[in-house]
Amino acid sequence: MTESTLDRRELLPKLFPNPAEYLMISGLAGASRDAAKLTSEANYLYTMGGAMGAAVPIGLGMALCAPDRKVAAITGDGELLMNIGCLATTATAAPKNFSIVCIDNGQHGETGGQKGHTAERTNLEIMAQGAGIASTMTVCSPEELEAAARFLVEPPAPRFLWARVLPGPPSDWTRNWHLADCRVRFKDAFARR
Amino acid sequence: MTESKTPQWVEKLFTQLVDGGVTLFTHVPDAGNAALIRLAQRHNETSAVLLSTEEEGIGISAGADLVGGRSVVCMQSSGVGNCINHLSLVKGGRFPVFLIVTMRGDYGEQNPWQYPMGQAVDTVLEAMGLLIFRVDTEEDLEVATNAALLACFKAGEGVALILSQRFLGAKAF
Repeated sequence: MTESTLDRRELLPKLFPNPAEYLMISGLAGASRDAAKLTSEANYLYTMGGAMGAAVPIGLGMALCAPDRKVAAITGDGELLMNIGCLATTATAAPKNFSIVCIDNGQHGETGGQKGHTAERTNLEIMAQGAGIASTMTVCSPEELEAAARFLVEPPAPRFLWARVLPGPPSDWTRNWHLADCRVRFKDAFARR
Repeated sequence: MTESKTPQWVEKLFTQLVDGGVTLFTHVPDAGNAALIRLAQRHNETSAVLLSTEEEGIGISAGADLVGGRSVVCMQSSGVGNCINHLSLVKGGRFPVFLIVTMRGDYGEQNPWQYPMGQAVDTVLEAMGLLIFRVDTEEDLEVATNAALLACFKAGEGVALILSQRFLGAKAF
């Protein structure tokens, strides 16, 4: 596979120029730090700090119950692989308003940078295709980011974007860890819109 | 797949859930929830989502709740063990998750593989903060379902409606 030249901190701002158009869920560790930085931890984002593997299912639940809204799940390679069957579940449910972005740094960044499967032989775009996700794409360089942003708009959903990034640090953001408070904040904001 | 007539209790349970605002029925297939899922697939205002593993249903319920939706997760008792870590969303996040658990490994079970998880269901769910509403007889069903709906979607508790093998009948081998 081509070596990645992509700094993860540049990824989400290029993919989501108007993040407030979305309802967002972000998986634990770096995915949530990048998503929180992108949105200044807005109330249309629910960030996770545990329940590893639940980011895509939570996004799917939002997408199915709010079919008029665009929903994005931001997850990591470790989290996605922990519950990889959720790609098949998403493909079968086939929501027309749901995109998954997997930020893959090839390692378990939060626990010391131990090498993950995607640093060896695992190809997550092929796994998403095999699951039956309608549209898939891989991005691994800054030059491809414009096309990747179009990918999140143009082809039929559900979409899966495999973003292979350099193993550097995620965005600098200290977020609210209180999962029950964040639930109420998100729900109240959604109900008011 | 052979399709038997929908038992009356399933019709009643489905109607109660729909009247309680449930629109999404996520499930891992089980003989005990098959008829309920068929109803969810056919009704105009509900949909059924096939899961790969039961814990996905916990996340989907949480996502539904964030946007004002109501979901139930239907599983066999063996799937309860798959859900444990994701039930952090109940105990820590106060997400109103509603499980419908069709039991194996209790009254009249003949398969020894079903006993370890079946016998641990209540302990596991209680450890993760869910309230248990057990159905052993047809008379229990309506009151237990009503109580579970109120506890979950009005009071915000995580709940499990447990349909026992005494109620469902044990699988013959």
